Amino acid sequence: MIEARGLSKRFQDKKRGEIRAVENVSFTCQPGKIYGLLGANGAGKTTTLRMLATILEPTDGTAVICGHDVVEEPEKVRANVGFLSTATALYPRLTAQELVEYFGRLNSLDEATLKKRVDDLFNRLDMNGFRDRRCDKLSTGMKQKTSIARTLVHDPPVMIFDEPTLGLDVMTARTITAFIRECRNNGKTVIFSTHVMSEVEKLCDTIGIIQSGKLLAEGTLAQLRQKYSENDLEEIFVKVVAPHYVPAEAH
Amino acid sequence: MSLRNVGIVYRKELTEWLRDRRTLISTVLVPLLAFPVLMVGMTSLMAVMMSKAEKEVPKVMVIHGENSTELVAALHASKDLEIVPYADDWKEQISNKQIRAAVEIPSGFDASLNGKSPLTVEIHYYQGEVKSEYGAGHVEDSLKAYRDEFVKKILEAKNLPDSLISPFLLERNNVAPPEKVSGAALGGLLGYMVILLSMTGAIYPAIDLTAGEKERGTMETILSSPLSRVDLVLGKFFLVLSASLSTAILSIISMGTSFYLVGNSGAMAKKDAAVFQLHIGLPTVLSVFLMALPLAVLFAAALLTIALFAKSYKEAQSYLTPMTFIVVIPAVASLLPGFDLTPKLALIPILSTSLVCKEIVAGTFHWNYILLILLSSSVYATAALFIAVKMFQRESVLFRS
Repeated sequence: MIEARGLSKRFQDKKRGEIRAVENVSFTCQPGKIYGLLGANGAGKTTTLRMLATILEPTDGTAVICGHDVVEEPEKVRANVGFLSTATALYPRLTAQELVEYFGRLNSLDEATLKKRVDDLFNRLDMNGFRDRRCDKLSTGMKQKTSIARTLVHDPPVMIFDEPTLGLDVMTARTITAFIRECRNNGKTVIFSTHVMSEVEKLCDTIGIIQSGKLLAEGTLAQLRQKYSENDLEEIFVKVVAPHYVPAEAH
Repeated sequence: MSLRNVGIVYRKELTEWLRDRRTLISTVLVPLLAFPVLMVGMTSLMAVMMSKAEKEVPKVMVIHGENSTELVAALHASKDLEIVPYADDWKEQISNKQIRAAVEIPSGFDASLNGKSPLTVEIHYYQGEVKSEYGAGHVEDSLKAYRDEFVKKILEAKNLPDSLISPFLLERNNVAPPEKVSGAALGGLLGYMVILLSMTGAIYPAIDLTAGEKERGTMETILSSPLSRVDLVLGKFFLVLSASLSTAILSIISMGTSFYLVGNSGAMAKKDAAVFQLHIGLPTVLSVFLMALPLAVLFAAALLTIALFAKSYKEAQSYLTPMTFIVVIPAVASLLPGFDLTPKLALIPILSTSLVCKEIVAGTFHWNYILLILLSSSVYATAALFIAVKMFQRESVLFRS
């Protein structure tokens, strides 16, 4: 389970002074459910998810993941989390297998468990054809599969996806969305950020709309439709965000 | 801190490092080949050039030959000189390497030979130009022979023996042991090379493991794993240190081999070759490495820290290139003659190590300085490592954009 409690993040910028990237964001994600964080570019999605993954430390507030506080026990939090984004690239000079094994070892798996887990994953994701190929020689689809195997090698109960389909072609993006669904079906707590409405409609159990670092609306798709008297998610999004919208370039 | 995790990171970085072609070139091939190619190539080329210059019969011009027809005749008679007719542009001709030297005979030269105050015969040449230097040497030899002949005639006329020209002889004898002789010539060089190479060997991996990771987008991947940032930076640090030391070790092996080849190739005159005959034993080399170890730690940690600031590979390169000068300047300063260790200098990193290595290779062990330098450079190294660890915990550095 993920419980964000008043998460805030401020950055100092020499030219622009203090930037409030995330302000007092609270939400809860349940196991076996997908929470979708919907927002425009620069809305604060990545910063929020990076705080949950303990890559960034909150300026105020905190989050508790599987009973561990992100500020107090960041390493224990990371051991319970699989984090995937388009920014999490692969080591080009390692083979697909070496890369997955590396992250398995960093997650304290013993060699016997690691071998079994790697074999299972490579069979499940149909990766045996390229397990000994270096990551810089893999196609985009193969890279995505390797990234998925990397996030799953320690079988984490929580999955965090930061715009995982950004810049991917339709077929590769479908591999990712199928994987996100599979995570939910396996009882994992899933949070993912996107600005693609169709993905949210298809996947999410709960939707949070974020803009200018603030969580402006939250609920199931049905609840949001009812509250804003709109059927189309894009229209709902515009209604929620428009009064607060500042173009990303202005940030 | 988990040693297991540090080891996992180190092994992974090592695997990637060894698979990088640029690494093989910068860490293995260049240090292994640079010295033999430079040393053997340069000395062979020098030997060829020197022997060519030595064998050449230089063209020499006489200025104001009318002041001594006898001296001019003697110069003409010399087999080692080719006297060419006088021209007003003799200076240009020397500069343009058309002639090698010019002899200027002062007016009243012949008269001055008979006991009056001696006049000066000037030899004009092109300083630093090997063939001109040799040419001027030949002219000088011919003039000395003429002078000796002149004195000899006077002595004969007075029935005095020829030996009065040189009433006694001079000879210099070296009593310093061979290791001290080669130490003086090469001692500074060994320490200097170890220091410089342990720095240059660390530059590329330091960039690759920090700014390179940022550029490739793998920094966020590794930061999302349960690995602590202390373990991450230590794993990376040990790899950079390994690269630094292996570059230095390979270079020293290569340097030793090159010196051996040059010293024994017969391409050089025996007295010149003696300079290249290394009398440096393994314990001395190990001592130099021991002294350089804290510096290698300092370099590895400092370079990692600086390169981490950069957003890209290129930016990191522009930060680290000036670092080479920071290392080269004190290391070169230590090579200057008469620059010796003092307690204050012993606290200056790089310079102190370079100076003490010069002493060690020459066979002198100043234990108080050795301990002081080991201690001070270890303190600097620890501080640099501490800063590196701190930097890896700063979001503003890791996610600088």
